[in-house]
Amino acid sequence: MRTLKLVAVSAGLSSPSSTRLLADRLLQAARYRLAEQEYAVEVEVIELRDLAVDIAKNFVTGFPSEALRTAIDTVTGADGVITVTPVFTASYSGLFKSFFDLIDPAALTGVPVLIAATGGTARHSLVLDHALRPLFAYLRAAVAPTAVYAASEDWGSGGDEYTEGLPARITRAGVEFAELVAARPDRADEDDEVVPFEKQLADLRFD
Amino acid sequence: MQFGIFTVGDVTTDPTTGRTPTEHERIKDTVAIALKAEEVGLDVFATGEHHNPPFVPSSPTTLLGHIAARTENLILSTSTTLITTNDPVKIAEDYATLQHLADGRVDLMMGRGNTGPVYPWFGQDIRQGIPLAIEHYSLLHKLWREDVVDWEGKFRSALQGFTSTPRPLDGVPPFVWHGSIRSPEIAEQAAYYGDGFFANHIFWPKQHTEKMVRLYRQRYAHYGHGTPEQAIVGLGGQVFIRKNSQDAVREFRPYFDNAPVYGHGPSLEEFSRETPLTVGSPQEIIERTLSFRDYVGDYQRQLFLLDHAGLPTKTVLEQLDILGEEVIPVLRKEFESLRPAGVPTTAPLHPAVQRKSGTQQPVTQQPVTQKQEA
Repeated sequence: MRTLKLVAVSAGLSSPSSTRLLADRLLQAARYRLAEQEYAVEVEVIELRDLAVDIAKNFVTGFPSEALRTAIDTVTGADGVITVTPVFTASYSGLFKSFFDLIDPAALTGVPVLIAATGGTARHSLVLDHALRPLFAYLRAAVAPTAVYAASEDWGSGGDEYTEGLPARITRAGVEFAELVAARPDRADEDDEVVPFEKQLADLRFD
Repeated sequence: MQFGIFTVGDVTTDPTTGRTPTEHERIKDTVAIALKAEEVGLDVFATGEHHNPPFVPSSPTTLLGHIAARTENLILSTSTTLITTNDPVKIAEDYATLQHLADGRVDLMMGRGNTGPVYPWFGQDIRQGIPLAIEHYSLLHKLWREDVVDWEGKFRSALQGFTSTPRPLDGVPPFVWHGSIRSPEIAEQAAYYGDGFFANHIFWPKQHTEKMVRLYRQRYAHYGHGTPEQAIVGLGGQVFIRKNSQDAVREFRPYFDNAPVYGHGPSLEEFSRETPLTVGSPQEIIERTLSFRDYVGDYQRQLFLLDHAGLPTKTVLEQLDILGEEVIPVLRKEFESLRPAGVPTTAPLHPAVQRKSGTQQPVTQQPVTQKQEA
């Protein structure tokens, strides 16, 4: 049986963090759905706050520390990625963006991604569609249709006549994401891929 | 094993004195450093190529020609020559001339360059970096090996009945290395031609170097040039040496902390752990350098970066003394004793160099047999 690897990236800065809490809840929802379909699932959470200094250093030196390299490899090697950021100044946090800036632009091509964010008020919820969705569209990830935004008030209330409550949104997002993950074929080992030299030369010849 | 130094040619302010050398001083000092390299028994001096401040080496053949006139044994190389933005015809002519003047003591290292604006300054498109490297080198390779060339390509005007002059010394072109940090296309290119592969190594974790060298070795064998172990590999590295470790660290730290390439990021200790940078006693340099062999296999050329980060020339010359007296002789012996039979000791040498040294060397470059491609 195929084992699926799910990774959540949380850019929450405090401890405990509602961003981390949302990441955990989403992981759980996706995992539950995949377990129903009898997949074995491995999950891992990457807290960017632990890597903040390493991320900054990578920009200066051009290469990641061992801990950061491991984190990047974990994300790029996952079958599905859940990303959660707090909203800072009308967008994702700089730490969140910086982490994804260090990932090879082709490394997440076709990878199912579930986007989510947390914030103080519900009025920031479009950050999912004007900031996170374009970022992952650029990376050519397969972004799940439902994205989850959790404002502070959502943690203590149900839905209203227009919107489902947070638990229902988490479940729906988790299910959609799980379906994408399960539908994706096994990722081939892309290491050491060589374009034979004759082909490189031939590509330059006039037709 | 060949040992040498490679310079980037940066003009950097000495953080301990606040003094910045002039371009004139830096160029003259580069020559002094090269002469010292020969004096202390190193095999190779190599210079980078840059076309923007704060770097001075924009004209490697002028510099190397001058050094050639003042040295006897030093192999002169570039590190690297911009195969993307230089005209391959001019490279063929410039380096063939240099090769005659230096009696065969010339190598070339090809690179794509990492300064974006250089491409448009020389009328090229950076998005075509790899295709330019491939097409330009294939033309250069032909110009040195065929007396009369007909050629047509994408990036340069076509040639009909063109003869690049002078012809390479004794019909043997300079030995070529392809330098790359992480483009597998370049490792593949080096392997295809049976040329050398140089892994920059400095500023990068060993995983990159290990992976690229492994790929090059496999493909070298695939193209029938020999076994993977026989492929010609060169590595970079950077060191700062004093008799005892603490003095080395104390003296180098202000340079490290302020250098454009290192400064204001990880500590000296972190950087030393992640990259080949070694700051310490001769014994520490010896052990670290020998450890490179653990992940790239037996290799043929080790170049050190010494004159950078604003270090005064006097200090660089002292570094060369220590390197020549205490480090290289031990490394030569150790590497040689570990090298399995059948693996080349050095990169191929021009027959003129071979004749002159008179020593038994396993690898000589072969003259090109003239033939026209159909």
